Amino acid sequence: MASTVGVIYSSMNEENIPELTRVRSMGSVPIGGRYRVVDFALSNMVNSGITTVGLITKSNYQSLMDHLGTGKYWDLARKDGGLILLPPYSDETETLYKNRLEALKGATAFLKKCNEDFVVLADSDSVYKLDYSKVIDYHIEKNADITMVYHEHEVVKSHYYMTFETAKDGRVKEIQINPAVGSVKKNYINVMVARTSFILRLIQDAIQHGYKSFGRDILSPGVSTYNIYGYKLDGYFASISSLSKYFEINFDLLNKEIRNEIFGNRDVYTKVNDSSPAKFADTACVKNSLISDGCLIEGTVENCILFRGVKIGRGAVIKNCIIMADNIIGENCNLQYVVSDKNSVIRDNRVLAGCEIQPYFIGKGVLI
Amino acid sequence: MLKKKECVAMLLAGGQGSRLYALTSNIAKPAVAFGAKYRIIDFPLSNCINSGIDTVGVLTQYQPLVLNEYVGNGQPWDLDRTFGGVHILSPYEAKTDTSWYKGTANAIYQNIRFMQMYEPEYILILSGDHIYKMDYDKMLTAHKQSKADCTIACMQVPLKEASRFGILNTNPDGTIYEFEEKPANPKSDLASMGIYIFTASKLFKYLELDNKDPNSENDFGKNILPTMLNAGEKMCSYRFEGYWKDVGTISSLWEANMDLLGVVPNFELDDRNRVIHSKSPLAPPAYIQGEVLNSLVATGGEIEGRVVNSVIGTDCVIEKGAEVIDSVLMGKTVVKAGAKVNYSIIDEDVVIGEKAVIGAPINEALKVGGKTAGIAVLGRGVNVKKNGVVPAGEIVDKNV
Repeated sequence: MASTVGVIYSSMNEENIPELTRVRSMGSVPIGGRYRVVDFALSNMVNSGITTVGLITKSNYQSLMDHLGTGKYWDLARKDGGLILLPPYSDETETLYKNRLEALKGATAFLKKCNEDFVVLADSDSVYKLDYSKVIDYHIEKNADITMVYHEHEVVKSHYYMTFETAKDGRVKEIQINPAVGSVKKNYINVMVARTSFILRLIQDAIQHGYKSFGRDILSPGVSTYNIYGYKLDGYFASISSLSKYFEINFDLLNKEIRNEIFGNRDVYTKVNDSSPAKFADTACVKNSLISDGCLIEGTVENCILFRGVKIGRGAVIKNCIIMADNIIGENCNLQYVVSDKNSVIRDNRVLAGCEIQPYFIGKGVLI
Repeated sequence: MLKKKECVAMLLAGGQGSRLYALTSNIAKPAVAFGAKYRIIDFPLSNCINSGIDTVGVLTQYQPLVLNEYVGNGQPWDLDRTFGGVHILSPYEAKTDTSWYKGTANAIYQNIRFMQMYEPEYILILSGDHIYKMDYDKMLTAHKQSKADCTIACMQVPLKEASRFGILNTNPDGTIYEFEEKPANPKSDLASMGIYIFTASKLFKYLELDNKDPNSENDFGKNILPTMLNAGEKMCSYRFEGYWKDVGTISSLWEANMDLLGVVPNFELDDRNRVIHSKSPLAPPAYIQGEVLNSLVATGGEIEGRVVNSVIGTDCVIEKGAEVIDSVLMGKTVVKAGAKVNYSIIDEDVVIGEKAVIGAPINEALKVGGKTAGIAVLGRGVNVKKNGVVPAGEIVDKNV
């Protein structure tokens, strides 16, 4: 494939899910039992043959760094290229970046140093499989300046989103920002391909004109001046646009077809932590659930995602819950529609319930 | 960075493990899967790193492909080091003397130069077929305190089983006055665990002597240890208390797997202080829809059938209406709808067809007995056709 560098934004759209991003970056939001959401974009890059990935961080990125380490679990611990953390840049005149464009500005030095011809820009709040090299082939074929990847689905409410219309040949005609929710549209999934030199020129241009927004100031007016094409992502796509959407994405993984599509090739990479295999006691009753390593289950678990090292006490009944790593759920507890962040302890006999559209959220390391 | 290592571990991983029959047809015993997500070699390697020993030679000879691939650069055990780390040591061609490893002692002898690179004061000799958690550093401290030339780890076994082991006869201070290999009438119940610490200079000396002795079988238990004892070297025993199991036979391998089950198991894998490291697979969490009781299930499983008292390895599929009872599935095995697996050990990459019947319920199978004590064994890659039958105690390594 054409030589390509990847750039991942690790903290875009955090406003969509403040509960889980208060203590961490969007990219390190735990998902699907053993993953962090950045694993999907990062694995897609690795599986597309990209061996140099710059990761733009913002604040609270300790958890993300802890997860990524040297990048060895993604085969990105390399002498040449590999995973490169791009910490936020600020000095007396500039504060921490506020938008996508300023963030990218901070990555200019990294991009200038790269010899790769193409760049893939991607967010880290979504679950999907995509071979970016096919997007680049399409980009070259169309002689495009920018290729924006879209997925057709109903527009849902979130903090900021972009949809567009395309001509028959795939060229983007009109970009809409935050259109009315409810209808099926071509939703931009915040994955973009361009020549590295073109992106650098855009950044330079943006600095000169004092642009603030990639969407409003560059892409939206750019449809007439640049060759912007849309590339359709078929198959599963979901991004964490709210706590209830987060809930839904996790439960999507209980669907065999979706699980096969995402994990069937066993090529979603993540940090390995050597937990022991999940243990089921003779009192366990588990239905339609994902159970990770290190779990000990003595109670009843239905329609749940249990992350690593979760203990479910005897007599406890847990339904429609997402229980993150190292939670201890006491005996005879009853939990329904609960999202419990890492390391929390629910004492014996507690009854906690949310509902589908408004799950009950338990913060990290809480004792209830 | 330190340019020498106080203690270098040498792990004997070359044995065929012929008493595991079909399970070691194509792979060395230390590479046999254990406990749903591990291989046997994970235990000594994890013990090394958890004891602060970061230089390990792994001596391979028999069918080393899977083992070499698995150990790789040692990264899963944090043994990928710029100085030290894990090294696979295969027999090699030398200018004058070229041979396979003729015995345990000869294997170590042929790698004296490897050990000398690190200028070690002590050498730890380990076997690749034991399941246990042990702090070798405590044993090393005991070795230093007693100023012994060789310290042998041992544990109490029931006297009636003692004749299966190398037995240490010791003085009250723990020094050894006699070493008996599998005695008919054991005088003591202290069995050698096959774990030795030698003062390096002494080991090198006796390895050289042993190599010059044409009558020697070049074996630690039969030659090196008795020779050292007869020469008056100080040999001490080190008592280990805790779980230890030799998994050299089908039934002991099955028992060791079963020892992992239960809320308070005989052998606890979920131990955050002494993590057993392994090359954890890239599979999503196990999906459970059926009934899973008193069992272990590794990642990647798709369990829609019934699993009782069993150990289910990575990426196993157990379809609706299938039953797996009192069994060990090593990984990547498919048990199709309606199939029944009882009291069996199923190696990796096996497909069990619809309504096939493997093994028999444990109480019936035990009556069958035989060399596997009634356990049905399916070797790596075996396909069992629809309605196929593998009776209790059978060992199968081709399609049925």
